[in-house]
Order: sequence, then structure tokens, then C-alpha cells
Amino acid sequence: MKFSILVNEGPYTHQASDSAYQFAKAVLAKGHEIFRIFFYHDGVNNATRLTTPPQDDRNIVNRWSKLGEEHKLDMVVCVAAAQRRGIVDDGEAKRNGKDATNLAAGFRISGLGQLIEAGIQSDRIVVFGD
Amino acid sequence: MLNIVNKSPLERNALQSCIETGTGGAILLIEDGVYAVARGNSFEPTLKAAMGKFKVYALAPDLEARGIADRVMDGVTAVDYGGFVDLVAEYKSSQSWL
Repeated sequence: MKFSILVNEGPYTHQASDSAYQFAKAVLAKGHEIFRIFFYHDGVNNATRLTTPPQDDRNIVNRWSKLGEEHKLDMVVCVAAAQRRGIVDDGEAKRNGKDATNLAAGFRISGLGQLIEAGIQSDRIVVFGD
Repeated sequence: MLNIVNKSPLERNALQSCIETGTGGAILLIEDGVYAVARGNSFEPTLKAAMGKFKVYALAPDLEARGIADRVMDGVTAVDYGGFVDLVAEYKSSQSWL
């Protein structure tokens, strides 16, 4: 079955980001496919490579990147939510005159259309947030 | 429909709204939502009454994280993340009551 996941909460906020990650892993372990993981609202903060949690804590961002890489996941960050919160890739930096980028590996910035498409193309979409 | 509730009913009214307006199916309690199934909590009678309309599940890792895995009220099925996935697959749609 084809799943998509919507993450609306940032890392280290409450639990939604952790729940979404554990759910994604379980989906893959069950042999299902993940069509897309879409990060919206404060969820875009899951995609900054500049976080440095204490060494004995989970690294939520790196964990997403690793999962994405291992399973070739399409992890999409909403562009408008990202702009508001300072999540930037090369293209956005150029377009908006920023002097730095921080998008973590495995993520890409795109629009809400990608969420709509995920809803159409997937058998199930599950929302995590606060 | 699978209703996913992640708020404690002692703090927010998400579960109350779900029970009042939902048309049946299942309720999966995750995160702080699992406090609803602790035996003896003040929301227990409401949840008990809703069991005629909904099957009630609670996420085991979240029960354990909150120290209430050993006092889950009768009629509630504990599931792991794999069970969570199975529930999502079983029901045609899911609603997260955020």
C-alpha cells in the first residue's frame, strides 16, 4: 500500500516529529511504500542541518536524512513555510538574497501542490502535529 | 474511519469532540492521548460509554513512556507502531484530531 505522511510540528517540540519518524519506519518495515513525506508549518524545522542536539540525545534531523537516504524517500518542505522560518537551499538563497543555506540532506523545497499530489497518489495519508 | 488522538482528555477536548462528532470506527490514542485509557482517570466513564461506537486502541510505546502500560482499562487494545500501520491500512481514511 502507498502511504504519505504529513509532519506539521518541529523537532524537539512535543512528540509529533518522533511519532511520524517511528510510524514511517514501521510503514517501511511492513513492506509498504512511502510516496512522500511532506513537512509543513513548524514541521519545516525538521529540515535544518544546523541543529546540534546533545550527543546523548537523538538527532531528529540526521535521523530523517538517514531514513530518506536508505529508502530513497521523497521528503518535501513547503516553500512558504520554509521562507518564513529561514529554511533555505541554494535556489532559495539566490532568489531571496540570503548569504547562507541550511537545508539538510535528503530534503527538497517545493510547494503545497506536492501535498495535494501526495493525497491523490497515495492510498493513505497520515497527519502528525500538535 | 480511524480517529487518531494525541491529546490528553484531561487537558484538551480533542477526544471529547471525536467521540461526540465521530460516526464510529476506531480511535487510536497516541502520545498524551494514552492518558485517556489509564484505569481510574476521570475521563474513563466517557470513554467506556463510547466503546459501543468505537473500537479503542492505544499505542504501547507511548503507554510505556508514561508509566501506565500496567493499568490500561478493559476493552482497550494496545498496539505497537506496526499495529498503528495495520490500523491505518485497515480503515479507508484517518483523521488526526490535532
